Amino acid sequence: MNFGFTEEQNLLRDQVERFMQDSCPITRVREISDAGGFDADLWKQIGELGWLGLLIPEAFGGLGLKWIDQVVVLEAAATGLCPLPMASQALASTAILTCANDDQKSNWLPQLARGEAVYTLGLYDDANWIDPAAITATAKASGDGYVLGGKKPFVNDAGSADYLLLAVQGPNGLALAAVAKDEVRITAQPTMDNTKPMASVDLEDVQIGADRLLPMTAGQLYHLTDCGALAVTAEMVGAGSAMLELTGEYAKQRVQFGKPIGQYQGVKHRLADMYVDLESYRSLCYFAGWCADDDPKELARAVSLAKGYASDAFNQIGIDGVGLHGAIGFTAEYDAQLFLKRSKWARPMFGDSDFHLDRVASLGGL
Amino acid sequence: MDFDYTAEENAFREEVRRFIDDNLPPKKERDKNFLATWLEKVRAKGWVGFSWPKEFGGSAGGLIEQTILREEMALAKAPPLGTSMMGLAWVGPGIMEYGTEEQKRKFIPDILDSKVTWCTGYSEPNHGSDLAAIQCKAELHGDNYIVNGQKIWTTGAPWSQWIILLTRTQFDVASKHDGITCLLVPMDAPGVEVRPIENMAGDKHFAEIFFTDVEVPVEHRLGAEGDGWKVTVSALANERSSIGEVTQMFAKLENLKELVKSTKKQGKPAHEDPGVRRKVAQFEMKIAAMKYNGLRYLTKQIKGEPLSSETSVNKLHRASLEIEMDDFAVELTGQAGLQLRGGEDAVDGGTWSKSALNWPNVVIGGGTPNIQRNIIAERLLGMPKD
Repeated sequence: MNFGFTEEQNLLRDQVERFMQDSCPITRVREISDAGGFDADLWKQIGELGWLGLLIPEAFGGLGLKWIDQVVVLEAAATGLCPLPMASQALASTAILTCANDDQKSNWLPQLARGEAVYTLGLYDDANWIDPAAITATAKASGDGYVLGGKKPFVNDAGSADYLLLAVQGPNGLALAAVAKDEVRITAQPTMDNTKPMASVDLEDVQIGADRLLPMTAGQLYHLTDCGALAVTAEMVGAGSAMLELTGEYAKQRVQFGKPIGQYQGVKHRLADMYVDLESYRSLCYFAGWCADDDPKELARAVSLAKGYASDAFNQIGIDGVGLHGAIGFTAEYDAQLFLKRSKWARPMFGDSDFHLDRVASLGGL
Repeated sequence: MDFDYTAEENAFREEVRRFIDDNLPPKKERDKNFLATWLEKVRAKGWVGFSWPKEFGGSAGGLIEQTILREEMALAKAPPLGTSMMGLAWVGPGIMEYGTEEQKRKFIPDILDSKVTWCTGYSEPNHGSDLAAIQCKAELHGDNYIVNGQKIWTTGAPWSQWIILLTRTQFDVASKHDGITCLLVPMDAPGVEVRPIENMAGDKHFAEIFFTDVEVPVEHRLGAEGDGWKVTVSALANERSSIGEVTQMFAKLENLKELVKSTKKQGKPAHEDPGVRRKVAQFEMKIAAMKYNGLRYLTKQIKGEPLSSETSVNKLHRASLEIEMDDFAVELTGQAGLQLRGGEDAVDGGTWSKSALNWPNVVIGGGTPNIQRNIIAERLLGMPKD
């Protein structure tokens, strides 16, 4: 029994946090986000550090680590609201490892691991429905390959991706279509949080070769959904903890009625509640991260407990964090609002709290 | 990170399970001697004061074994391992840390053998949360302290034989934390008067206690004169992980789910109601969070890192969950939920309604939620003190 991190994992966390502070501070985050959410230089550095190939076996050029290590990296990167598509890259690598054949793995994984190509994953086409039936884009047999149809309205990081793995209804059931950015029409969409870019992808009449359709079972789809929810939750741990720190520091310094506002119980108790929720979804997130590789049959429940908690709690941390700052928290110039926006983004991603809590109820026998 | 147990730990779990199988008959089959026999047997096993040093009669058991023991006992809904809850939780550890050799010899075995039940004399009519401001006076005259004052809300006072009593030996002090002295007092000493107080659930578990010229021999002082605050704080820090409580709460959750499955709401099965499903799932989510919080803190302890005030997190969860689960069960079952034991339509024998009336027991004892929030904000988040 050991529910703690190894020395290597703690070093990794420190390294990523330091990278964010030194190379991608919040001023840089704003610049990158305003320019569409990508920075080739930083991406190259991250690739060289090995952080994009954590989940990929060494045989394919990765580090051969586990999702719990990926959780550490995503959490640490999110303390600085990293706008780079690290989570999407990780999910794409899991999708390839889960659904691809050996040739496809050998072709795609090494460049993915080094960050030489940016990948993303698009699953559902309904705005608020986690179900195989919520995938409406299609792939139909055509000549030696397939012709795609329909539209993927909500694809994370599509604007910066070189390759996109997109869920479709294929001739023999669910599948992932692998397309290059030039083969499809990608339209960036303005959203509440521009540190997490989103785009629609029009697939109508796009032709792909036979080796570009990866069969996917419903079980695999749900596994990828769970990994997605885990990635988002890990980012909510990092971002939530940074928001609490930012707000706590402000409460210690801001003086009103002759005292630092952090001395008033009205403020103090809100901060304590933020801490209680943060620590709690943190514990659930780490357990889910461990389940991903070490107890997969528990993953669905563990992820739903974690994301079900974090979705609402992080949103409240964002609201209270901005609120405790007063008017300055509402300004564009101050950083608190960026965390609140991130919480809005995270809430529906890979299932909102209603979806996850209902699944907890079902798995628990109701 | 791993959630597996070693072969030795698994063997210990098996041993506990076997013991429970052999010695814990179903409730209906237990006779009036059952509890005494049970207490004797767990004592013979060395499971009372399991983590205490062997020289004091404990087993020097490790943190994980202790967790396993608590978990299995809670799963089996076993009776407690000793009748002196407070003696085992903090009076005993306090005496082992600050007591004289004579005090250790005199008090420790009786706590382990369930011969003596202790209560805790902290709160006073004017000082509850602000514990360090206590006024109950002890004056040294020769070899005796003379105690005058009043304690209140003292849980277990109506049936305890001894009290660990916080008194003030010095009034002219720079800090209210100075000048406090801890005394060990028999409840039948001349001048001690216990008046039980009925709580809103109709029970008389706590009492007010009046001390009038009570003589306490100086050898019954725990720690040095004026060190009472230090003794109290370190005794309360003896609280371990909340694993046993979490197991009990999971069991309560299962009962709640059974209730949901057998209840109709607006004429339809309650378990189909999205609001009901979400609420029950949120209970599970918070109890699971307590479990994994507890395991993180346990890991810290095993690695030898001192726990700060993290345990306040689970205390806050528990306080709100206990209220919310009982209230949810009462509300779910409508007018029948209101009925107490004996009512024609009482739900589950009135357990939920009774428990709903009893919540302050869990919520206020040992520090109100607002005090826990102060602790978190000040000690963990570095906010300035009130």
